[in-house]
Amino acid sequence: MSVIGKYRLRLKRQRQRLRAWRKRGELRCLRDRTRAIGRGDVLLFSTLRNERIRLPYFLRYYREMGIGHFLIVENGSDDGSREYLEEQPDVSLWTTQASYKRSGFGVDWLNWLQRRHGHGHWTLVVDVDEFLVYPFCDTRPIRALTDWLDASALRAFPAMLLDMYPKGPIDAQPYREGQDPIEIAAWFDSGNYTIRRNPEYLDLWIQGGPRARAFFADDPARAPALNKIPLVKWDRRYAYMRSTHVLLPRGLNYVYDEFGGEKASGCLLHAKFLDTFLDKSAEEMTRRQHYAASREYRAYSAGLRERTDLWCPWSEKYINWRQLEILGLMSKGNWA
Amino acid sequence: MSLGFLMLCHTALDRAAQVARHWAQQGCPVVIHVDARVGEAALEGMKRALDDCADVRFAPRHRCEWGTWSLVAAMQSAAELMLAAFPDVSRVYAASGSCLPLRPTAELGDWLDARPDTDFIESVTTADVGWTQGGLSLERFTLRFPFAWKRHRWLFDRWVTLQRRLHLQRPIPEGIEPHLGSQWWCLTRETLEAILTDPRRGEFDRYFRTVWIPDESYFQTLARRHARRIESRSLTLSKFDFQGKPHIFYDDHLQLLRRSDCFVARKIWPGADGLYDHFLSLEPGAPGRAEPKPGRIDRLFSQATARRTRGRAGLYMQSRYPREHWENGRTATRYSVFEGFTELFEDFETWLGRAIGARVHGHLYAPDRAHFAGGERLFNGCLSDSAALRDYVPTDFLTNLIWNTRSEHPCFQFGPADNQAPAGFVAADPNARISVITGAWAVPLFRAATPFDEIRARAARLQKTEAEHLGLLRNNWVRAQVRVWPLADFAAAPAEPIQDILDEITPRGQPRLTEMPRMVDLTGFGRFLQTLRNAGMNPWLAGDFPLEDTPQPAPPARRARQAR
Repeated sequence: MSVIGKYRLRLKRQRQRLRAWRKRGELRCLRDRTRAIGRGDVLLFSTLRNERIRLPYFLRYYREMGIGHFLIVENGSDDGSREYLEEQPDVSLWTTQASYKRSGFGVDWLNWLQRRHGHGHWTLVVDVDEFLVYPFCDTRPIRALTDWLDASALRAFPAMLLDMYPKGPIDAQPYREGQDPIEIAAWFDSGNYTIRRNPEYLDLWIQGGPRARAFFADDPARAPALNKIPLVKWDRRYAYMRSTHVLLPRGLNYVYDEFGGEKASGCLLHAKFLDTFLDKSAEEMTRRQHYAASREYRAYSAGLRERTDLWCPWSEKYINWRQLEILGLMSKGNWA
Repeated sequence: MSLGFLMLCHTALDRAAQVARHWAQQGCPVVIHVDARVGEAALEGMKRALDDCADVRFAPRHRCEWGTWSLVAAMQSAAELMLAAFPDVSRVYAASGSCLPLRPTAELGDWLDARPDTDFIESVTTADVGWTQGGLSLERFTLRFPFAWKRHRWLFDRWVTLQRRLHLQRPIPEGIEPHLGSQWWCLTRETLEAILTDPRRGEFDRYFRTVWIPDESYFQTLARRHARRIESRSLTLSKFDFQGKPHIFYDDHLQLLRRSDCFVARKIWPGADGLYDHFLSLEPGAPGRAEPKPGRIDRLFSQATARRTRGRAGLYMQSRYPREHWENGRTATRYSVFEGFTELFEDFETWLGRAIGARVHGHLYAPDRAHFAGGERLFNGCLSDSAALRDYVPTDFLTNLIWNTRSEHPCFQFGPADNQAPAGFVAADPNARISVITGAWAVPLFRAATPFDEIRARAARLQKTEAEHLGLLRNNWVRAQVRVWPLADFAAAPAEPIQDILDEITPRGQPRLTEMPRMVDLTGFGRFLQTLRNAGMNPWLAGDFPLEDTPQPAPPARRARQAR
């Protein structure tokens, strides 16, 4: 890449960091427990709105994984999410009523918090409906992974978004608080993903899965991106550009091997398609606070009204990470 | 008991202390070297934790840096202290703070007693080691390395290049031959004493100070000078990955480690509570005579290295996205592409599926949709038949399909009416078997009840596309196995080529063909081709069909043209 190209990327990164700095005033701290953060703690950052019912399982899942502290931005919830989070001993909570869309879909807020509190830590950025699965996650805590990444001089760990869906109509099995959502949304597409490499940012742009085949079959270019790099050894100079799909400096996006080998990677099980989704999509259609003017939500609610079953006879039922490894959706790399 | 342990520690001192206590409690003296970069507070904590262990000593501290002399100096100080403070010790075992004993020390003692006067130290000449990183083996000893590789990589590399270019070499001291090996050795008191009290030690130390990674060569080389009997292997199970950093053991390796019968393993993740709890509470059982068997663990780690360096053929995913020509296999398995067969034979896909016992697809790249076997709308891996999804990244559709059905032999039809985008990818793929009957696209036109003008235009278009496709298949970069027959030749004698194709898909033990696919009725086809010619369009790819309707055109005994 030319010097000018590199400089342009640098400007983009600095602009993104400046945006985060400007938006810091939108955040009001409700509970600051960041002093409890230990030196080697893995930190989880998340933005959410009205996710009260999902929170107990979400927190449990990541506590069991070994997350040291949760830093959460709550965006205008009115369902008790805020009150619930305030009571959690390992959660630092910020709140804002500002526009989700104008903060780059939460990216600016989290970039700011990561800069303030994430420097030198491994940081995991996930939504409340995303569940990280990494090699050996059933026997090794996340500190084992981050220690290994440190020893291997790796700064970023990719985990592709894997859309999970139930069998049958989406609202047939209502989600109960505290329940593992993967019990309901247990199915996924194993082998219909397309990959393109973006030469500017070096990231791989992955699309496909049930959303592409069910909602974007006539316009696949607009199907949502599934590549994600949620786990990063954060430095205050870094910035997420678009959700957790792309980072700068761009070397952080280079999480794949180009000479035939496999680097280690995980998956984010995306438990979006529960019965709660129908209410959400109705609400989001009017709020228009999501990516590309809530186009996804529009496509979903149209699609879900007509054919409510994403399941097909070729769908795979989720068992464990080893299954995802065999299917080629993630890899152990040289971690053994 | 006369076995003493040296421990080099720099992190996770609590774990190191735990292991030191374990050894001391089993009656083995321990000398601990703690890196001088570790803070006083942490060191004090460790000393306090080992307060009650009489046979634990702390060696003078050095600042240790990877790949430098400091590690040898640390080991020397610890060894000197061990020999001086514990005159009963007859063997010394070099270990690190992340080592873990897998068997009771008594078993190790018995095992060593059965092998008197033997030094266990991996010690291999530079010419014979396969594991050196960075291409430096003998040059470790003949060049000078004043710059730390970890901190000043650029200077390190430049300095090596410069010395190579200027042929700057220094002599290896008289009387030693460079050997390399693991730094986790177990030496007899006599050998260790001889190394440390060698009258030429000053000279050797000065020399090794500027050897690269001397901790892998100092004792390994000098042991050769003094030992009575060397067994060139390490008693510590320690495996390195392709970048030369040690593999780490976790709780889920417990059974593997237990069954390995090795004495000491390295390196253990400090958070592996299960491993520490299990192995440090082992009671000395029946006298263990078992030989260490690191084979299974070797296999596990070499599989990991293979996965990291070669990966799985035909897989494209978030952490494996090979550049062109670096795929180690563009696709996951062999597959066959048939061009012109469905046109010439009735119900060819069903027939072939029966003959080879597999699913056979129709035209996967047809303009309307992907024609999966059995007319399915979705296929393995939830692959959709939507033409738009398929044509978004056409080669990904193919690599996905083959990956998803990699336990079978995928077969599909292709032709000039299809999306031609994947043709180049397929042609360059050694897994592809392409069989082409040229000009077969004319058969459906001949049987269609379409206005002749339209047929003529279509024929011209299809012939042009197919001619370009055949040109592509003749390129020198084509790696697929390609066979091409003109329609006239194939129609005249189809049995032999079809048998060849079947043999290739199911190589072993297939009975001879009993049932041939049924050819469509070609009566009047010669006349049809002539009509096209008369209209100014020469269907030359179909070959020479006789004009008159003899039942079968005279078989010209021409063999299939093999493009490669």
